[in-house]
Amino acid sequence: MTPDDVPYLPRGVRTQFDAVRKVDVILGPERVLVLDQVGKAVVGRLDGEASLAEISADLAQVYDAPVDVIAPDVTAFVEDLRDRGMVHVRPR
Amino acid sequence: MSVRVDPPMAMLAELTHRCPLACPYCSNPTELLAKETELSTEAWADVFQQAAKLGVLQLHLSGGEPASRRDLAELVIAAREAGLYTNLITSGIGLTERRLRELDDAGLDHVQLSLQGVNAVMADRIGGYKGGFDRKMHVAEIIAEIGFPLTLNAVMHRENLDDLPQTIDMALRLGARRIEVACVQFQGWALVNRAALQPSWEQVETAKKTVARAVETLKGRLVIDFVPPDYYADFPKACMNGWGSTGLNITPNGTVLPCHAAETIPHLQFEKVTDRALTDIWYEGAAFNAYRGTDWMPDLCQSCERRDIDFGGCRCQAMAVLGDAAAPDPVCTKSPGRAALDALLVEEVQEVAAPEFVYRR
Repeated sequence: MTPDDVPYLPRGVRTQFDAVRKVDVILGPERVLVLDQVGKAVVGRLDGEASLAEISADLAQVYDAPVDVIAPDVTAFVEDLRDRGMVHVRPR
Repeated sequence: MSVRVDPPMAMLAELTHRCPLACPYCSNPTELLAKETELSTEAWADVFQQAAKLGVLQLHLSGGEPASRRDLAELVIAAREAGLYTNLITSGIGLTERRLRELDDAGLDHVQLSLQGVNAVMADRIGGYKGGFDRKMHVAEIIAEIGFPLTLNAVMHRENLDDLPQTIDMALRLGARRIEVACVQFQGWALVNRAALQPSWEQVETAKKTVARAVETLKGRLVIDFVPPDYYADFPKACMNGWGSTGLNITPNGTVLPCHAAETIPHLQFEKVTDRALTDIWYEGAAFNAYRGTDWMPDLCQSCERRDIDFGGCRCQAMAVLGDAAAPDPVCTKSPGRAALDALLVEEVQEVAAPEFVYRR
């Protein structure tokens, strides 16, 4: 993936608060993943408008951390979700 | 009991055993339940509510052919109202454009379409239903038009495993996001037809290479999940991710099972959702606690470094091959039962011609 790619949750993938386990989850075909605070922050920004670079920049600001520290982690996380079929990507 | 019991994540609802197809590997029991015994719409809706409160996140609407239930769209509405991620497992037969649009309106999350073969000759022979392949392809077009996320569930065995590359191509052509290359597991009708369905070692080795290559080249385009034929494995599958740990199954008449084949274990007693609350059956039911955790395991499994990886394998397989549901899965090379499994492989695969199918009717 490149920094200009725009990741989004395709139809059939959605997030939900699991009231029994008290965790946030992302649900897709045959897949359930528990989202920690960071995961939730990233997935919450996959709005189909923001590019990967913009998402990293936004998170760097919110968490007051250098963007070159944040960006590789964000990219790896989103790529992992893409490989599991939970995220689709369109070029800007 | 010392075992910590977590809530279940997934539930398979066998809405009906009725099905227009007669696949010789059907996972339904060889004694099929009649329509008159099926739970009503209201009863299923109540089960979905109970399941969600218990912690189930994913619901698989299965059968038989779930489209044989006229109230399928109502059941999807009930499942979504309960907050469940709702997956329809179907052959496509019985679904029309009108019904698929109703399911779309009802909020169906995902469709898993079974595939018996990549052409009409193979598919209709396996399904025992003439014209089935063409109808399925038509249904697949409508699924794509509506935009449902699609998984192609390709059931593979001796007769069609060599068509694996074409099968993966078909998933791409139909716009599937995911393919399950599901080699037949020998329970239910598949056990009756084992000799006709068991692939050869050479077929399995080629299939593994094909899958490994496709996983790499199709990364980001198609998710590939591979269920290998376990008789050829060295270690057993982590069946149900451990008995009574993650999932449960409900039969058309409301019987609650730890897995779809559990009724093949004769000493277990099962309960119905119409008689007892689902949460009590899950946490306290005798059948769910029979093989839960590790206390039940023989020493071989208890002391094994893979104890918490494969959980001793499949109880129904130990029952089917060895006649003892508490034995280590005979797939395990450490297991004394492995010799029995190897003997079956030699006997059944080396026959020159596969025997005729016994169709599920």
